[in-house]
Amino acid sequence: METESEQGLIQLLSPEGQRVTQGEYASSLNGDDVFKMYRDMVISRRIDSEATALQRQGELALWASLLGQEGAQVGAGWALRPNDFVFPSYREHAVAWCRGIPPSGMLRLFRAVSSGGWDPYEFNYSVPAIVLGSQVLHAVGYAMGIQRDGREDATMVFFGDGASSEGDTLEAFVWAASFNAPVVFFCQNNQFGISTPVTTQSRSPLYLRGPGFGFPGHRVDGNDPLAVYEVTKEALARARAGDGPTLIEAYTYRMGAHTTSDDPSRYRMGADVEKWRLRDPIERMKALLSREYGVTVDRFEEVREEAETVATELRSEILAMQATNPMEMFDHVYAHEHPRIDEGRRDLIELGLGKATS
Amino acid sequence: MTQRDFLLPDVGEGLIEADVVTWKVQVGDRVVLNQVLVDIESAKAIVELPSPYVGVVVALHAKEGDTVAVGSPLVTIEGEIEETPATSEKPQREAVLIGFGVAPEGDAPTTRTRRSTLAPSASRVDSPSTPTVSTGPASAVRAAPPVRQLAKQRGVDLATVNGTGPNGAITREDVERAVPNEATTAPKSPSVATRFVGRELASWDEGEREERIAIKGLLKVMADAMTESALSAPQAALWVRVDVSATVARLASLRANPAYADLRFSPLTLVAMAVVDAARHFPGINSFFDAAANEVVVKRFMNLGIAVNAQRGLLVPNVKNADQLDLLGMARALTDLSDRAREGKTTPEEMANGTFTITNIGPFGIDGAIPMLPLGTGAILCVGSVVKSPWVVDDQLVVRDVVEISMTFDHRHIDGALASSVLAHIAAYLREPPNN
Repeated sequence: METESEQGLIQLLSPEGQRVTQGEYASSLNGDDVFKMYRDMVISRRIDSEATALQRQGELALWASLLGQEGAQVGAGWALRPNDFVFPSYREHAVAWCRGIPPSGMLRLFRAVSSGGWDPYEFNYSVPAIVLGSQVLHAVGYAMGIQRDGREDATMVFFGDGASSEGDTLEAFVWAASFNAPVVFFCQNNQFGISTPVTTQSRSPLYLRGPGFGFPGHRVDGNDPLAVYEVTKEALARARAGDGPTLIEAYTYRMGAHTTSDDPSRYRMGADVEKWRLRDPIERMKALLSREYGVTVDRFEEVREEAETVATELRSEILAMQATNPMEMFDHVYAHEHPRIDEGRRDLIELGLGKATS
Repeated sequence: MTQRDFLLPDVGEGLIEADVVTWKVQVGDRVVLNQVLVDIESAKAIVELPSPYVGVVVALHAKEGDTVAVGSPLVTIEGEIEETPATSEKPQREAVLIGFGVAPEGDAPTTRTRRSTLAPSASRVDSPSTPTVSTGPASAVRAAPPVRQLAKQRGVDLATVNGTGPNGAITREDVERAVPNEATTAPKSPSVATRFVGRELASWDEGEREERIAIKGLLKVMADAMTESALSAPQAALWVRVDVSATVARLASLRANPAYADLRFSPLTLVAMAVVDAARHFPGINSFFDAAANEVVVKRFMNLGIAVNAQRGLLVPNVKNADQLDLLGMARALTDLSDRAREGKTTPEEMANGTFTITNIGPFGIDGAIPMLPLGTGAILCVGSVVKSPWVVDDQLVVRDVVEISMTFDHRHIDGALASSVLAHIAAYLREPPNN
């Protein structure tokens, strides 16, 4: 099992924070960049823990924790350019942070005060896709639009090992290959589709699916942000240059539950979690920073304090958020009026759950 | 000073209630934001609830084991935050699209604003010099957490104890002195009598004529496992009475050895050793009937399951690789296993993949029983209580320590001869425990 999981793994930073060269990539980031990446991961993790606490306190309906996947998400987020368009699933909070989306925006959907949380066109970052794999098709469609506009941009779509089993995802692969669409498929293999191990869903490593559909596939250590950055940057450059899609399998581990409604101790062994704890993406960056760049305890402490401030502000913003009129959910289904939507509006008013807006 | 109730939230998309598993704080404790207050068990998971407030705990509204409805007060925390008067109202909850939300107030959909005045910048009151502890109405008791734990175990209400420690703090000795005399001889934990199906009644006239109890949680686990055991495995049982005077003497010498002061030895310790030894001689007993595969699976290791009477109900965690343990290792593993079970710390992992089970009903003062076979195993051994009994030795009637042990086995693949050999081996081991 272990040998299969290591197969093809690209790595630039070992779990102990030592530089390695596994695969044909070299790190292009300087010490400042590495420190900023570290900061993005620490703050993302703190946003995530505050959101989890808010859910447990009844302030959010649900939360999908990213704990353990900060390296994959920040590495990928850093590789994007402002003009690239991103299609996330529901767990990409660290990518959203890298795109400049305010943390309170990330939580709006989960507090049920918005069906999105931000303006997708302001950040070139779509709203979270809850329906597994649906966003993969959207990303390919958008990429084909970029092609037709003659722009040199790319799209990147995030999905998990669970969504890799969806028909939508595989159809999107076919379309992307057929049209040579400028899209990067970024699959975070966090080992579980809710409770189903990836080894049950896929008998061969996921990254090998790329060549099966006719485009390159890479497996990168998802807890190594330096490697994720280089692999993703190259894949995006390929897409922008018109060389077509790439599949990236970021091999990582979901340290927390699938969502706050889930109990992972029912389907996985504590020993595995402990094994992955030693591969933590933040700890390995911290080790590199202190060893190679002489970053002091004070600077790490500054980052921690900054993360605390972000969490405190996030909490007060969330507690201040007012419930919106549920009728708003009908406003963005179709561009024009639609009889079925009108019917839905009437039903909700009759049930006493909404009131007429105009 | 403002007192605020933390209402049990819906933590799992549509829950209506949850059980309190373990309180992590007690009345009088100072808590900081997001400090874990309590573990709760819902239909979906056991989760920790972090405190939404800073302040001092002034009331816990449920006991461990109680079922609490979503939206009911769980804990009251007194903090130093000025708030709008509306805060003390308890919002009604009602179903929304995902799970439960706060009900609209009249027709204005803005109820969330009630809590919005909480100002995080003013919410830090965790300075130890803040004199909240002495002013809180129900928080005057001073005692360290281990002392509180001891008081809980002994059934002592700290509010009734005079502290003799520094600044009037209650010490362990104060608690021991306050233990009611009968409490030391009464059946062990006071909670044991209340955790079974049906509440204890003060009189027959009390309450409704019927109490209806939802079959869920550990009750459901037990019900499902026993039903499947009864319906899938044809079971037979046999038993033997054994003179265990030598085992009793051996235990006494182990307990007297100061080098082993931190270990607990009981008849179960030697029974466990006997079971492992028997399974090495007769591996067929450490096996299970895999009907789906049409195979009998004989294990080359033993994960020894122990039925434990935990606060939440029957738990059967197992000692992993018990075959690798010597007597001291076994004593340590069994102590740890039962402590963890009683403290509610047993994980599903510890309960998975048992290969043989022991149930020890001796502490209840029961002689013997015919247990039901746990799923996925071939046999279960039952140990009764060790009692002084008349016994015939060399045709003379003498008083010996005697215990009854019984074993239920899966008769699909284990025959009476194998089961008898195993039980006889265990009996012989306990009759003359080897020096190891």
